[in-house]
Amino acid sequence: MTLTTKLWEKIGFNQKLAPYLFVSPFFILFLIFGLYPIGYSFYMSLFDMRLVGNRGFVGLANYTRLFTIDEFFGTAVVNTLILLVTGSLLQHVFAIPMAIIVNNPRVRARHTFKALFFAPFITSTVATVIIFGMVFDHNYGLLNWIIENVMGMDGLRWTGRSGAIKATISILLNWRFIGFNMVIYLAGLQGIPKELYEAAAIDGAGTLQQHRLITLPLLLPIIFFGVSLSLIGGFQLFDEPFVLLGGYDTVGGPGQGGLTIAYYLMILGFKNGRLGRGAAIAWVLFFIILLATTANRIVTNRLQKK
Amino acid sequence: MKKISTRGQNLAKTAALYTTLVGLAFVFFFPFYYMFVIASHPRETMFRTPPNIWFGGALWDNIHRLLFVQEQVPYLTNYANSVIIAVLTVLTTIFFCTMGGFALAKYEFRGKKFIFIFILSTMAFPPFLNIIPFYRMMVAFGWINSWRALIVPGMANAMGIFLMRQYMEESIPNALLDAARIDGLSEFGILTRIVFPLAKPGMGVLAIITFVGSWNNFLGAFILLPNLRSTTLTVALNTLNAVSFGEFGMVYAGTALAILPLLVIFFMASQQFISGLTTGSVKG
Repeated sequence: MTLTTKLWEKIGFNQKLAPYLFVSPFFILFLIFGLYPIGYSFYMSLFDMRLVGNRGFVGLANYTRLFTIDEFFGTAVVNTLILLVTGSLLQHVFAIPMAIIVNNPRVRARHTFKALFFAPFITSTVATVIIFGMVFDHNYGLLNWIIENVMGMDGLRWTGRSGAIKATISILLNWRFIGFNMVIYLAGLQGIPKELYEAAAIDGAGTLQQHRLITLPLLLPIIFFGVSLSLIGGFQLFDEPFVLLGGYDTVGGPGQGGLTIAYYLMILGFKNGRLGRGAAIAWVLFFIILLATTANRIVTNRLQKK
Repeated sequence: MKKISTRGQNLAKTAALYTTLVGLAFVFFFPFYYMFVIASHPRETMFRTPPNIWFGGALWDNIHRLLFVQEQVPYLTNYANSVIIAVLTVLTTIFFCTMGGFALAKYEFRGKKFIFIFILSTMAFPPFLNIIPFYRMMVAFGWINSWRALIVPGMANAMGIFLMRQYMEESIPNALLDAARIDGLSEFGILTRIVFPLAKPGMGVLAIITFVGSWNNFLGAFILLPNLRSTTLTVALNTLNAVSFGEFGMVYAGTALAILPLLVIFFMASQQFISGLTTGSVKG
């Protein structure tokens, strides 16, 4: 009893030891639930590891087959890249002008608009997919009704064809995350001194020119940051296509139109019991993200020097 | 010439501005409105041309069927699970992240810089990198279908520690901590009695981020809580949506009830919510 109290007092009053004690939960949890499985995932990727057992060392075969005989991986990469552009990167093209509009000094109730644009961000993917279910429905959906009766064109089978699936997923992603990006850009815009615009106006620069010459260059660090988030999230896109297209069994829906890299990884690892192959995809995905974010940094640095 | 037209131009500009803003607000908010429209229609009036854009009269009936009639998912149990998991995740995350953040904000110790950078760099690992072995590990631990699997691994996470460190570094005066030491408080006592009360605004931000993340988490609950009785709302809604053909009113009522708490809190405290959910990213 006294011994433990004394020990506790020694630790409790030791100003040198305390910080190590306070950060130790992070390291203990990261070691067990983070680092160990990361290492094990690399180990797995070198073996023909299956749910039913380990069939032996295969070297890099799990990796090479992705780029040679695998029938789905190429499709998954192409789909992910298309969705990255139309679903994630496109958001910035909308978010920046929106932030500029909301930031206009004429706008009253700025915060109300901000909140309305941001609201989709707090919904879950499952809720988003369900809500848009009746919007995109082939026969009774609102969108097809508008396309057929107002625009006089043929309605789309929104989850029935490879291309339409990508459009649907992109619309879902844009709806949910544009507001989030807009808020980030709005914060950036508020840091730009108004005098710069006044000076440019005196020099005869129009509104568009002002934004091209002042807003965009000064937003560059924030664009870099927002694009980084989009790259990291976009390459790992899983929830939206998985929920929209009905899970493992459809393998990304008709024509594999919604099969992303992470979706394929989950099918191999959790449905087909091919743990080694799934782990190999995980590492390829990690390096793709590393490459993309590095490229983003290089491009941003180049632009900044101009 | 220019001066005469200025007022008219101004008016036109303001009108165009508000038209754009209202149009955009419509696009972003319409799906929420539409969700309640669908949730309020009975099967008989669900599919019409032109499609419904106004409320029907079956909202209570749809909710009643969702909660007490259908037997595909135990909706109320799932609701309770979501609440309990989210609350426990928030409490444990706040405790461990404030503790870790405090160490990095207010102590000088060997390896501090390295530890800080190490913690930050762990955020670079995408969750999918270790998901397969992580799942196998949860199976080996016997944590599948247990809430621990969703709560414990992320309790002391890098983002939360970073956020709390940034907050405490500026807002907690060193003199106060030294005074407490002179008064005979232990380091742990300082943490619980002085730091915790002072760090409340920072904790609030972390609580919002953590709650929303936990409430909306699909992938984690989907693989770690496969049993319908122990799983959360997101998975239950996904299942309900897949198995109840044509029951749009009921499924939408379930979705609306799942979103409603967050939506209400969001509009009551949208300023805090928005800055909370974006601070981690802007500062990161």
